[in-house]
Amino acid sequence: MSPLFDFDPFREMEQLQRRMDRLFQTLWGEPPLWRAGVYPLVNISETKDHVFVRAELPGVKPENLEITLKNQNLVIRGERQITSEGEEVNYHRRERESGYFRRVVRLPVPVDSNQVEATMKDGILTVTLAKPEEVKPRQIQVKSA
Amino acid sequence: MATKELKPKAKEAIPVKVERVRPGRVFLPAVDIYETPQSLVLVADMPGVSGEGVTLDLKENVLTISGRITPPPEGETLLVQEYEVGDFHREFQVGELIDQDKIEATMKDGVLTLILPKAEKAIPRRIEVKAA
Repeated sequence: MSPLFDFDPFREMEQLQRRMDRLFQTLWGEPPLWRAGVYPLVNISETKDHVFVRAELPGVKPENLEITLKNQNLVIRGERQITSEGEEVNYHRRERESGYFRRVVRLPVPVDSNQVEATMKDGILTVTLAKPEEVKPRQIQVKSA
Repeated sequence: MATKELKPKAKEAIPVKVERVRPGRVFLPAVDIYETPQSLVLVADMPGVSGEGVTLDLKENVLTISGRITPPPEGETLLVQEYEVGDFHREFQVGELIDQDKIEATMKDGVLTLILPKAEKAIPRRIEVKAA
């Protein structure tokens, strides 16, 4: 794709949103909570070689999750099932919800689509994505002339 | 088959009564509490908490559940944060008489299930209405 037309309005919006968050953080010191309004909420972090997307999905079984990656979009779909108890049961509180979800997460950096791994542990989904060689930071040796 | 689409909810932080040793915020886990004729069952969502991280206490009719999360790996730079990470804590006043020796707790996929069997005295008995 020609760089001239490499314009993605969604990405522009997200970048703007992230910049705003950072500004708020610098001003008030509160962690920025970026509200996508779509379940599940995600946290994205990075190391030199990897990008990690995490989501809290308590009680969701791996077989009820479907994760796909296309370009820089990570799609998380699934269902949270809560078995209903029998007729005899009376509820005091019911705060946990069941239902389906489908979310697209735009990754902030390009990733290598051949190296993706997803794990579920204690109700937390971690998607580990590898950064392609081109975007990895490289140390540049300074030679004395 | 669930037909409802899930909506994200911000985690509710608990007001700090006692200063904690571990830094960070503490959240209220979402719970379901239901009653069967034999027991009281509590189900709590505590993502990131493993079986070892759970502490339960039932004293003077106050049930306390605490979940200590496995801290996320270090050395990562956060790029996007939509949810906050922290331990869980919640207390409940239990009206029923509970047989403390028979409490069962299981932690699976970040969900705590607690079965509190009612003490003999508290099990409801059907009262026969006799025709006079």
